[in-house]
Amino acid sequence: MSRINRSIDFMAKRKIAGFISVALVLLSLASLAVNQLKLGLDFTGGTLVEVSFQQPPVLNDLRSELENAGFEDVTVQNFGSDLDILVRLAQGFSPTVGNDVLAAIQSNSSYDVELKRAEFVGAQVGEELRDQGGLGMLLALGLVMVYVAFRFQLKFSVASVTALAHDVIIMLGLFSILQLDFDLTVLAAVLAVIGYSLNDTIVVSDRIRENFRRLRTGTPEDIVNVSLNQTLGRTLITSLTTLLVLLALFFFGGELIHNFAIALLAGVLVGTYSSIYVAANVLLALKVDREDLMAPEKEGEVEDDRP
Amino acid sequence: MINKYPLWKYLLILVVVAMGVVYALPNLYPDDPAVQLTPQRGSVQVSERHLSQVTRALDKAGIEYFGEEIENNNGIIRFKHDEDQLKAKTLIQGTLGQDFVVALNLAPTTPQWLMDLGAGPMKLGLDLRGGVHFLMEVDMKEALAQRNEVYISEMKTLLRSERLRYRRITRDEGVISIRFTNDEYLDKAKSLLRKEFVDFVQTERSEGDDLFLDLTLSEQAARDIEDYAVKQNLTTLRNRVNELGVSEPLVQRQGRNRIVIELPGVQDTAAAKRILGATANLEFRLEASSDAGVLDTEEYPFRDNEARRATLERDIIITGNSVSNAQSAFDENGRPQVNIDLDTQGGKLMNRATRNNIRRRMAVLFVEHKVKTHIVEAEGERIEKRVPFVEKHIISLATIQSALGNSFRITGLDSPSESSELALLLRAGSLAAPIYFVEERTIGPSLGKENIELGVTSVQIGMAMVVIFMLAFYRVFGLIANVALTANLVLLAALMSLMSATLTLPGIAGIVLTLGMAVDANVLIFSRIKEEMQNGASPQMAIHAGFERAFVTIFDANLTTLLVAVILFAVGTGPVKGFAVTLSLGIITSMFTAIMVTRALVNIVYGGRQVKKLSI
Repeated sequence: MSRINRSIDFMAKRKIAGFISVALVLLSLASLAVNQLKLGLDFTGGTLVEVSFQQPPVLNDLRSELENAGFEDVTVQNFGSDLDILVRLAQGFSPTVGNDVLAAIQSNSSYDVELKRAEFVGAQVGEELRDQGGLGMLLALGLVMVYVAFRFQLKFSVASVTALAHDVIIMLGLFSILQLDFDLTVLAAVLAVIGYSLNDTIVVSDRIRENFRRLRTGTPEDIVNVSLNQTLGRTLITSLTTLLVLLALFFFGGELIHNFAIALLAGVLVGTYSSIYVAANVLLALKVDREDLMAPEKEGEVEDDRP
Repeated sequence: MINKYPLWKYLLILVVVAMGVVYALPNLYPDDPAVQLTPQRGSVQVSERHLSQVTRALDKAGIEYFGEEIENNNGIIRFKHDEDQLKAKTLIQGTLGQDFVVALNLAPTTPQWLMDLGAGPMKLGLDLRGGVHFLMEVDMKEALAQRNEVYISEMKTLLRSERLRYRRITRDEGVISIRFTNDEYLDKAKSLLRKEFVDFVQTERSEGDDLFLDLTLSEQAARDIEDYAVKQNLTTLRNRVNELGVSEPLVQRQGRNRIVIELPGVQDTAAAKRILGATANLEFRLEASSDAGVLDTEEYPFRDNEARRATLERDIIITGNSVSNAQSAFDENGRPQVNIDLDTQGGKLMNRATRNNIRRRMAVLFVEHKVKTHIVEAEGERIEKRVPFVEKHIISLATIQSALGNSFRITGLDSPSESSELALLLRAGSLAAPIYFVEERTIGPSLGKENIELGVTSVQIGMAMVVIFMLAFYRVFGLIANVALTANLVLLAALMSLMSATLTLPGIAGIVLTLGMAVDANVLIFSRIKEEMQNGASPQMAIHAGFERAFVTIFDANLTTLLVAVILFAVGTGPVKGFAVTLSLGIITSMFTAIMVTRALVNIVYGGRQVKKLSI
């Protein structure tokens, strides 16, 4: 192994890493239990109106104007800039709610206002989307488990699904702790992170498998360490390029996909960490060894598949 | 010789990329803001005369326009500036009046030679072009209840005519209960109802001295009724959306009882909802006899030919509320006909009205409640004013051959298309299950434009950063990866355009994400090559082994991501689906470019010669 330039003994610190992971997951679960997720309009149902002003309005004035106009349970907040305002209403649907809100805002002030969007989601639709979203996440995890078990081995499958669950829980936890809106686009981000983190985990697992077959000596811990070191460069570079584009999305993508970008940024960071520590950690905890991978399959087989 | 592709492989890659460029090209031609003229009725033709009328008005108002043309009986007038579009619409509607629907439109500017190849730009989602999205739900409970009410009145009539005495018939949710006082009646009623109402499942029960026969619609029958209710609403909504004159509207069933409506470019949701929620009805009336007094008659035009008119009696026999079904079919001689079913009450009224009027003619009037838009000049400004009004047209005038009852048919129709059109109108005007809005999203045009700009900016910046990074880190190989990345973007755009996939804001985010992840495959290959060289392999061997070893990994990793993207597509709606589409297509194109295109370029640069050092 002398040919490997930098060699970090990742697995020496695996107890500490394991502790951090468990702590983060527990913290996330606690926050999810106590604070819960701040579900967005897509999942709760309700009404939302976004308006754009010429001059920055006073939020409290707006709130009282709307309450005076008969709207109940009104939240008013800035959306992106201090000229854009998001109004949420618990009130049910009325065909003209967008224009009603505009009229209410304009009635008592000299503001010049433009309606940017109005959304209404029925409570039942929200509930269905919630169920579908949860189901989608579970389905994704289940299918991944089956695929990895089929392509690799059951221990790898448990390891990668643990890593994925770890990432998803921490992402959800972050949204719960920061009380960020969790809507359909964020759900899409969570699923994308499942795909991304899995990608990472599989690259590492692939190398572990290869090394188990190639290197006849060394403890499982050594082999995992070697594999992690070999893939480290790639893992970091890919995460970096992905983070670069995500930063572009975060800063330039606009308010509507802000939370989407936050979810992906967090997910890619956690996913990179988990592909190094969580998956490998679980593999070692499951006592993975050479026997598990001594499948009859030959490395040379793939040669002809090469494009 | 290693690291050489045969010629055909280079050519194949070249052809694929070239096709990608051609099919991605239409996206570079921005749409023109335009106004579209559609005649209200098929019988009206858009002519050069109408166009010149419009252009004269535009000239007078000083609005710049170009490329006015007539295509498929639609007139299109294009504008140089976005802000002219709205002004022009008001002006044109005022000039042409009620015969035309005038709608805002984005006219594609794809050159003819690209169109001949079947190329066209991607469609933009509502979040990028502005518009309204509605989700409507059909009230299934009410649909079933309405139908059960019809069945109850039929059962009553049947039991009475057979002299089977019962106490009461009640309905609770989906169960019809008939209360009897003795066994004999109950048993007879049971076998009779089983024969006449095959769709019901029967159960008996007793409470004290009373005997009950409970009838529940079979699951299949209930589903058929629900299906019918949704389809009927779909047809009605489609007709109304067409009336709105929106370009590229979408009316689609979603799930068991929902209907999605997407109207790009529509900003006035209130008006759209008024029209979608509007009602149509039917009136069955006798044709006036020649000696009828003027006060007792009314004259109406035919729907398919306004010039043809007929005089009808003022008295209405039944309205559409009595029609429970209308289907187009063929008679025993293979001629088209329409079968109409009425409820009991309607059947009775129909029978009473027709039995003494055989040989006379009966008309079906189609009644629409509409809203008219007037352009009024007030205080120097042109204002749109809406006035509700009722429009009645004759859709059928046929001779009564015999006394009619619960079900009868209209024959003597010229073609199957005429009979299906008539059946459709009858259904559109008949008793429909109530429908209500469960979701609505309106995106203003300014937000749409903003979203496009933001999306394009983030793609550009994200791409630039990745390109610079790769170049700095991998030098010549980085340059190759960048060419592959560009090819990937082009192929992705081409595929999406070819599939006419809809681009949404999350879809753009998906493209950005794919960009970041597409480099991954290259990074995997390059790290592998570096590693092989560190292990002492010659440059050529390292390239060969690097590509080969990395392939399995890339394949596994991408396939699982694809799996997740497909699930996302299945559970997602609207914009999220757009994200899933771009993500999955991006994975597929990136596999091709990262492996094949990169390999070909590497082969061209380094293959088949002595190389001492790789610039990697």
